[in-house]
Amino acid sequence: MLDVPRVEIRFHGRGGQGAVTAAKVLASAAVDEGKYALAFPEYGAERRGAPVLAFTRIDEKPILEREPILEPDIVVVFDPSLEPEIYMKGLRPNGMLVINTKKTVDQVVKLLEEHGLQKPRCIARIDATDIALKHLRAPIVNTSMLAALVRAASVVRLETLEENIRKVFAERPHIAEANVKAMEEAYNSTEVVCL
Amino acid sequence: MAVVEEKPREEQLPTRKKKIAATGSDAAAYAVRDADVDVVAVYPITPQAPIAENIAQMIADGELDAELIHVESEHSAMSAAVAAAATGARSFTATSSQGLELMHEILYIASGLRQPVVMALATRALSAPINIWNDYADAMGMRDTGWIMIFSENVQEVYDNLVQAFRIAEHPDVLLPVVVTLDGYILSHTTEALEPLDREEVLSFAPKRPRGYRPVLDPDHPVTIGVLGAPNWYQEIKVQQALAMRESRRVIEEAGKEFGKRYGREYGFIEPYYMDDAEVAIVTLGATSSLVKAAVNRLREQGVKAGMVKIRVFRPFPAEELAKVLENVNALGVLDRAVSFGGALEGPLAMEVLSTLAVRGVMKPFINFIHGLGGRDIFVKDVVEMYQKLLEAAKSGKSVTRTLFYGVRSRKGHVI
Repeated sequence: MLDVPRVEIRFHGRGGQGAVTAAKVLASAAVDEGKYALAFPEYGAERRGAPVLAFTRIDEKPILEREPILEPDIVVVFDPSLEPEIYMKGLRPNGMLVINTKKTVDQVVKLLEEHGLQKPRCIARIDATDIALKHLRAPIVNTSMLAALVRAASVVRLETLEENIRKVFAERPHIAEANVKAMEEAYNSTEVVCL
Repeated sequence: MAVVEEKPREEQLPTRKKKIAATGSDAAAYAVRDADVDVVAVYPITPQAPIAENIAQMIADGELDAELIHVESEHSAMSAAVAAAATGARSFTATSSQGLELMHEILYIASGLRQPVVMALATRALSAPINIWNDYADAMGMRDTGWIMIFSENVQEVYDNLVQAFRIAEHPDVLLPVVVTLDGYILSHTTEALEPLDREEVLSFAPKRPRGYRPVLDPDHPVTIGVLGAPNWYQEIKVQQALAMRESRRVIEEAGKEFGKRYGREYGFIEPYYMDDAEVAIVTLGATSSLVKAAVNRLREQGVKAGMVKIRVFRPFPAEELAKVLENVNALGVLDRAVSFGGALEGPLAMEVLSTLAVRGVMKPFINFIHGLGGRDIFVKDVVEMYQKLLEAAKSGKSVTRTLFYGVRSRKGHVI
């Protein structure tokens, strides 16, 4: 668990997986809990399938730093096919990797070693694609990944996230409920290992 | 949703609202909704911001009773906004970058006809090359168009500034159009905490005035708006416009103070940050100010007496206030995010700041920095480097006569 006044989180996904929405929903949840937050994507010409970056900063105090997050405390990886060199870049030595993968934690560690990358302090793994396909019938993993994130590092409460998901899908309650179910399952099946 | 209050509300204290998460574009649309705008004329082409889209949704959902005019170009959007204001309507439009360029002709007409149009501008770079990211090139291009210009530092300020804009623009002693900026992407698409007001509060702060308080197009009381101003009168009209801009200072000041009294967030022309004992200072605009404040915090931790001045109201330019707050610094920098190609200094803000000081006989070692063009990320560490450069200037007592471009890709380093 991270217990620092400011948490900097970087989301890595592909266009269509909802990384930008995830960053925003997380910030909304933090604001609902009385904290300050900033959420912004790496702005570009968005297109489906292209690598996407989004950032969330959460703090007890107002946030002045509007720069992109180069040294995150946590990276959340939506797509296992992304290059480890990219998502691990700048991750703080005591940081955490939250990754959507079918690999075991040991296999993830091995992958990082093969790429000559420093291991993070903690790894949280989740097969979010499987969960998303089951509940949403589409590989949109953002809600499951948010649940995995709060399981691994309680930056906000799961209930606050769920409330915000219900707000996002206010006009489509059945989609909201499917996402909330996915989140519950993701929360319960996230495996967290600190090395 | 019911909010349970633990303590009884005290009358004297400004009411605290629940914070919500919103982007700058959301905040702009909320302000338009809460100000009960009558006419919104838009042509939301890329690059725009989701402001127009949000307003359209509000109108469709019945949250705002306004006429949304879809026009065929930005030139027409501004024309329609001016015409709507001329009928006495509360009139709004939003644009960005190239869209503002296409409006340009009508920007002068809005101010020349003294029509209180309010506009939100998501500040973005200009083509070519094509670029949809943040800088202040578009805003700086409208500095001589006769609009009151207010820059926002964060999402809260986007909302608060727009609410104040309606009150300022429509004030009978002003009657000038007002633009409120929000940094493209950096504010327009960033989610952060916002404390909106109730519509009743907004309408009591910026009340809609009875239709006849200024000359408007009304068949029962016919007037002509937009006639020829031949040499026998044109100059007088322009002088009146210049005087109105001067006079607007009082109204802007009142609005900022009154806003603070009511809602606990007071606004001035400038916002000094750690300026009481600052030895070196940077003057800047908009959301960039946050980064500069962060750099000041870092330097203060190291014992460096750094300060910052944010220019909130760029037109009318707060010369008196600025000169006063810069009186005691040993060296001064201006961080610009636009280029005046071939200018005496290449930063438009730098030229304003220097003429402010020079005409008052104040000379300081001075450096003009330009960074962050077309969305080039400015990092806090870059700003810290600028302060280090200013510390050198303070020591040597010498200005850098050439504008310094920071953050540029180059084999030799990043300052040219």
